[in-house]
Amino acid sequence: MSSGTDQPIKIPTGAIRLSPEAVASAKRRQQRARTNRKVWGTVAPPIIIVVLLLVFWELAVVISGIRPQVLPTPSRVIGEGAEQLPTIWKHAWATLQVTLTGFGFSLVVAWLLAIAIDFWGWLRRGLLPLLVASQTIPIIAIAPLMIIWFGFGLLPKVLVVGLVTFFPIVVGLIEGFNKADREASNLLRSMGAGRFKEFWYVRLPSALPSFFTALRISITYAVVGAIFAEYVGAQEGLGIYMSMQKNTFRTDLVLAAVAVTAILSITLYLLTFLVERIVIPWSFKERRMRNAG
Amino acid sequence: MPVDTQDRIELDHVRKEFALGGGEVRQVVDDISFSVRAGEFVAVIGPSGCGKSTMFNIIAGLETPSSGDVRVDGHSAIGEREHTAYMPQKDLLFPWRTIVKNAALGLEVRGVPRKEARTRAAELFPKFGLAGFEGAYPFELSGGMRQRAALLRTVVQGREILLLDEPFGALDSLTRIEMQTWLQEVWADNSWTAVLITHDIREAVYLADRVIVLSARPASVRLNLEVALPRPRELSITTSPEFSAIEEQLIEVLHEESRKAFEQQAGRS
Repeated sequence: MSSGTDQPIKIPTGAIRLSPEAVASAKRRQQRARTNRKVWGTVAPPIIIVVLLLVFWELAVVISGIRPQVLPTPSRVIGEGAEQLPTIWKHAWATLQVTLTGFGFSLVVAWLLAIAIDFWGWLRRGLLPLLVASQTIPIIAIAPLMIIWFGFGLLPKVLVVGLVTFFPIVVGLIEGFNKADREASNLLRSMGAGRFKEFWYVRLPSALPSFFTALRISITYAVVGAIFAEYVGAQEGLGIYMSMQKNTFRTDLVLAAVAVTAILSITLYLLTFLVERIVIPWSFKERRMRNAG
Repeated sequence: MPVDTQDRIELDHVRKEFALGGGEVRQVVDDISFSVRAGEFVAVIGPSGCGKSTMFNIIAGLETPSSGDVRVDGHSAIGEREHTAYMPQKDLLFPWRTIVKNAALGLEVRGVPRKEARTRAAELFPKFGLAGFEGAYPFELSGGMRQRAALLRTVVQGREILLLDEPFGALDSLTRIEMQTWLQEVWADNSWTAVLITHDIREAVYLADRVIVLSARPASVRLNLEVALPRPRELSITTSPEFSAIEEQLIEVLHEESRKAFEQQAGRS
């Protein structure tokens, strides 16, 4: 059961005998040092690149003397943004609510559709073209219509978020269910399982890794979708905030809101990894094992 | 009308053909008849692609024969799945389940309460050389251990007949020998009835009480040979003259059938 990467810890013979606890804690320290190094290795490069780009931007604006209404310096974006932070935060909170409600709705619809398609093959042929067609709808045209149909409340925004996010999840789930080994299905049938038990014991767990991959793709669409829905009309939210600031030529505040949007998206994206580790710890362990081996 | 109460399982003129479309029919199994006594270990060898797996699926109740009968303890059991436990070549241990949960899967599927199923599976762990690995995940185990876990999952179901489909086919040869020796020992202590599909003549002779050789497709019984070697069998028996004599007999017939199968395949392409 060796994990492959663990360095064997040499126990000096004769001289000092290390207690098992001491060996274990040394091993833990070693491991912690290794993870620290790994975390730093993944976090440092993007930070360095972002800082370099910001410095370049700042210098370019200062040297060219371009007006801040056209392009503000990053320092101005940060400064003005920080001053407006309570307002931006209020709008961000509204956007987050739209995002999560819409995404939750999208998840429910996607799971129901994917399970139905898995159980009844003819549904796949019947529905898939429709689902693909739904992805060709230009959101830019449909979002204002949603407002005409459903008003300025939560509903039209939830629908827009749902529309842009459900598709990757459905496709990910359908493919995931089919990843189940045919022989595994045979094995289950030989044990006396029917279609439902086969789904529950084999197809559903087999699909979970693909589900989380799809989840990661669509959660980044979700924030953009929510902002888009708000942009065409809302009482609160980053979308309408950006729209208003743009109209008064507060380019710096538009960009500050963009930065908050990015932070929101990245946070949600990272959260999916956390959820994945909690829901399917085995997948994570297996992957790590394979990489180590 | 139980004819011979000793027979646990009996294949009676089993045939199976598949419609290929366009009125064409492919005969896969042609008139297989043999029986397995209670507690007997029977090995089935045949050229690749001869229809062994179809025969297995028929015994397992996953497919129905086109004609003929499958009897378990004298009663027709076509399409019945509750008599057999099936072990495929791939271990098919689910990566999302720990070893003990994997082992208990068959019982759980049958509706045994989870906790009881796991306790029953856990009781067999020492015998299968898996003690201490109850909570491990499949990817943490070696190939041999995984195969033992898969066999445990099969045995714990408590079915009348075990169907082993090339259980050691994917292992390296050293691990395979180790597994065969182990299985032979475990077998001596139990009265399991089993049918083993294998490509390995040595494995068949070493483990089985009887070896059945199938012909090239459509499969029929070409040879039904008693292995009259005493049990328990030491590994050294595999180099004895008696062992070699049986092996030789099998190789001869099998070679002939393999050549036929090869010509079939060459002719088709």
